[in-house]
Amino acid sequence: MKSSVKRFEIVRMFFAIVIALLVSFGIIFLVSDQPLTAIYTLITGPFKSKRNFANVIEAMIPLMFTGTGVCIMFSANQINLAGEGAFHLGGLVAAVVALKFGLPAGVSPVVAILLSGLAGAVFTAIPAILKIKTNSSVLVSSLMLNYIALWFAMFILMHYICDPSIGSASYVIPEESTLPTLVERTRIHPGLFIALAAALLGSVFLYKTKTGYELRLTGQNERFARYSGINIVKVICVSQLLGGFIAGIGGGVELLSPIYTRFSWTSLLGYGWDAIIICTLAKNNPLYTPLAALFLAYLRTGASIMARYTDVTLEIVQITQGIIILLVVAEQFLSGYKHKMIAKEAMESLKEKGV
Amino acid sequence: MELAKETVLEMQHIMKIYSNGVVANKDVSLELKKGEIHALLGENGAGKSTLMKVLFGIEPPDQGKIILNGSETAIRSPQDAISKGIGMVHQHFMLLPSLTVAENIILGVEPRKKKFFIDMKQAVKAASEIAEKYNFDIDVTAKVEEIPVGIKQKVEILKALYRGADILILDEPTAVLTPQETEELFVQLEKLRDDGRTVIFISHKLDEIKRICDRATIMRSGKSMGTYNVDEISTNDMSKLMVGREVVLEFDKEPAKPREVLLEVRNLSAYNTQGVQKVNGLSFEVRGGEILGIAGVEGNGQSELIDAITGLSRKYTGEILLKGEDIRKESIKGIREKKLAHIPEDRMASGCASHLNIQENLFSNQYTDDAYSGKLLLRTKTIQKRSDELIKEYLVKCKSQKQEVGMLSGGNIQKVIVAREFSTGPDVIIANQPTRGIDVGATEFIRRKLLEFRDAGCAVILVSADLNEIFSLSDRLAVMYKGNFSGVFTDVAHVTEEELGQYMLGIKNDHRKAGAAK
Repeated sequence: MKSSVKRFEIVRMFFAIVIALLVSFGIIFLVSDQPLTAIYTLITGPFKSKRNFANVIEAMIPLMFTGTGVCIMFSANQINLAGEGAFHLGGLVAAVVALKFGLPAGVSPVVAILLSGLAGAVFTAIPAILKIKTNSSVLVSSLMLNYIALWFAMFILMHYICDPSIGSASYVIPEESTLPTLVERTRIHPGLFIALAAALLGSVFLYKTKTGYELRLTGQNERFARYSGINIVKVICVSQLLGGFIAGIGGGVELLSPIYTRFSWTSLLGYGWDAIIICTLAKNNPLYTPLAALFLAYLRTGASIMARYTDVTLEIVQITQGIIILLVVAEQFLSGYKHKMIAKEAMESLKEKGV
Repeated sequence: MELAKETVLEMQHIMKIYSNGVVANKDVSLELKKGEIHALLGENGAGKSTLMKVLFGIEPPDQGKIILNGSETAIRSPQDAISKGIGMVHQHFMLLPSLTVAENIILGVEPRKKKFFIDMKQAVKAASEIAEKYNFDIDVTAKVEEIPVGIKQKVEILKALYRGADILILDEPTAVLTPQETEELFVQLEKLRDDGRTVIFISHKLDEIKRICDRATIMRSGKSMGTYNVDEISTNDMSKLMVGREVVLEFDKEPAKPREVLLEVRNLSAYNTQGVQKVNGLSFEVRGGEILGIAGVEGNGQSELIDAITGLSRKYTGEILLKGEDIRKESIKGIREKKLAHIPEDRMASGCASHLNIQENLFSNQYTDDAYSGKLLLRTKTIQKRSDELIKEYLVKCKSQKQEVGMLSGGNIQKVIVAREFSTGPDVIIANQPTRGIDVGATEFIRRKLLEFRDAGCAVILVSADLNEIFSLSDRLAVMYKGNFSGVFTDVAHVTEEELGQYMLGIKNDHRKAGAAK
C-alpha cells in the first residue's frame, strides 16, 4: 500500500508540473508572435552558457534557506509566513554588522551571518508567542509583521547606514565582510554549501532527533501530542525560532554574497513567499528543498532569458508556479485515479487470498 | 405475517473499498420488503454501517447495483436518498442543540411565508402533527439541548418521517439508550411497521433482534451470510453466523487479588471546557490487581473524570493521588512517568497521528527513554527492532512498520495504541472505550491483555458503553450518573442488566440516599 501511495504522490507531482507548463505554453502561444522561440529559450536558455547556468545556482541559494526554514515551521503545522521578514531582517543585520562593527576579515562574515540568523529567529518567534499568549492566528499576525520588518529595515537604512550619494542604498559593504566568488566569472559563493548543509541538517533534525519527532507529532495531531505528554508550547517555540534562524541566515548570506554590493532592499524580495512553493514541492522535508529550489531557479532563469530575447514577459513563470501549487495542494486532484488504484490493489489482494 | 409482501428495495453484490484501501464490503446483498423490521446483524467492523452509507448516498459503491421499487437506481447523495424516500438516523445524532425540536424537524424543508420567511407557526403545527400521528409524546417547542437522549432519538426519527421516509435506517439505535428507553423505542418501531414502512435495524445485540425484527440479514467481515426469518433461527445460530465461531463471552478469569491502593480520588469535582460542572464530589480508590468498571450513559462525567486523572484537564477541585502522590501540579508527561497508561476514548482524535507510520506512533510516550534516544538523536535501529517486536506481540496486521497508521483497520489502529500504552509496563491503566467499533478478534485480544495486566498487579479503570465488556471484565462495577457513582457493586456476577439500567437512569441512586442519610 505504502509503495502505491508514494508512487501516486510522484505521479501527481509530475502531472501538476506538466499541466502547469502546458497552460503556460498555451498562454505563450496566445500572447506571443514567436511562441516556439520563446518556449525554446525558456527551456534551453539556462544551459546556453556558463553564466546562465551559474545564474540558476545563484538563484537556488536563498530559496534553499527560506525553503528549509519554512519546512521546519510548517512541519509543526504553524502557517508562519514571517520567513519573508526574517530573510529581510537577516540582510539588514548583516549589512549593519559589516558596516558598523569593523570586525576583521574572516570573523566579520561569520558574526554577521550568525546575528542575522538570530534576528530572523526572534522575528518569527513573535507570531508564535502571540499565538500562545493571545491565541491570535499565526497566519494573519506573521503576514502583517512582514511589513513591520520591511519598514523597520527602511528606517535603519535611511537613518543609520544610508550612502547620501546614492539615496536609497547603504554604503558599500567592506571587503572584509563579503563572501568570495567560488567560480570565475560567476557569482556562485560559499553560501551554496551553507544552504546545502542547512537542508541536510534540517532534515536530520526533523527525522532523526527527539525534538524533530516532537515537532512532527505536534504538527500531525496536536491533541495526540499533548495526550502523549509532549510540551506543545515548547515545540511551537522551538520550531518557529529554528525556522526563522535559517531564513535569517539566508538573508545574511544573500546580502554578503557577490550578488549585492550594498543593502538596497527597499521592498520585500519574495523569498519567503517562494519558500512556500519550495516547501510544497518538497512535501515539508528539507532534504528535498535543493531539488525544488533547483527546479524553481531553473524555471525563473529560463523565463528571464526568454524575457530578454523574446516578446514574452517574466510574469508567465508566476502563472506556472501558481498552477503547480494549486494542483499539488488540491487534495482531490486525481483522487479518482488514486481510488481506482487502491481499489484495484485491494481486489487483487482479495483474489490472492482466494476469498 | 403474510408471505407475499412486496419487495421495496434490493442491494445486489455491493462492493465498497475506502480510499485508505480498506475493503469494507466485499459482496453484500440485501433485500427489503414493505412493512417489515429488517435486522442488519453483524459484529463491529462487519460492514453494516458502510452498507448503509452506500444506501443513503454518502459513499458510492465500487461494484453492485441498487434496485428501488423494481427499477435500478443510483443514489448520489443523502438529499437524493431522502427524495427517494430513504431516511437515516445516525448513531451520533445530527441535531442542532440550540434549536427547538420543531426547528430541527423542519430544517432544510421549512414551510415558508412570503417566500423568504419561515412560517414558524406552521412549522410547530406540522411537527406536532407528525409527532401525534406516530404517538411520539414530545414537546416540539423544547430546545434539543434540554431533552434527554431517548427523546433526541425520537426527534431524529420524526425528522426522517417528516421528509417522507418509507425506508428508515436506524444505526445502532439502542447503543445510547437505557433498557427502559429501548423498550419504548420498540413499541414505536412496531407502529411504523404496521403503517407499512420498512425499518432497517442495525445492531449486534441478538436479544433485541429476536424481540422486534421480522427478518435478519447477517453480515460477517464484509459479506452477507444470508437472510433469515427471525423466528426460524436460534440466537445461537445467529451468533455462529455472525462471528464464525462460538462466542467467548465469559473469560475464565482468576478471582482478583487486590493489593495496595494505586489510585485514589478524593472529593473530586471536575468541569468541562465550558466550565459546566460534570463530576460532583466523587471519591473512590482502585487497587493494584483489580479492574474497576465504570458504566453509565455517555455524558455523565466519565470524560471529565478521565481527563482529570490523566492530566489532560486541570479544571477540577479535590485530590487525585497516584501511588500516594498528588498529581495536580504534574504535567501529562510527569503523570505518564509515574507509570500511568491511557487508552483514549477517540482513537483518531487523540490516540494516534494517522498520517505518520506505525513506528512513529508506537513511541510517542517513551521516545525520551534512554533505550530509544541519546542526548539528541533517536536510536533508530533500536526503535525499529522494538517496533517489529511490538507489531508481532500485539498481532498488528500490516505490511511493515513504515505503513501509515491511517491505512490500517480500526482494530489494528487500536492494537497499535494498546501496544504503545502497555509497552511501558504501566502500573495504572485508564482504558476508555478500549474496544469500541473494532472487530471481534481485536476486541478479545485487548480484553485478554487487560486481564493479563490486572493479574500482574496493575490497577485498571475501564470505562465502557459495552455492558458485555463491563460485566465480563470488571472486578468491581460502578455506575456513573450525573457526576457521581449512583451505584457500586462488588459482586458483579449478580447484577442484572435491568438493575444496571435503573442505576444508569438514576431511578435507583445509592449515592443520593447515602448523601441524604448524612
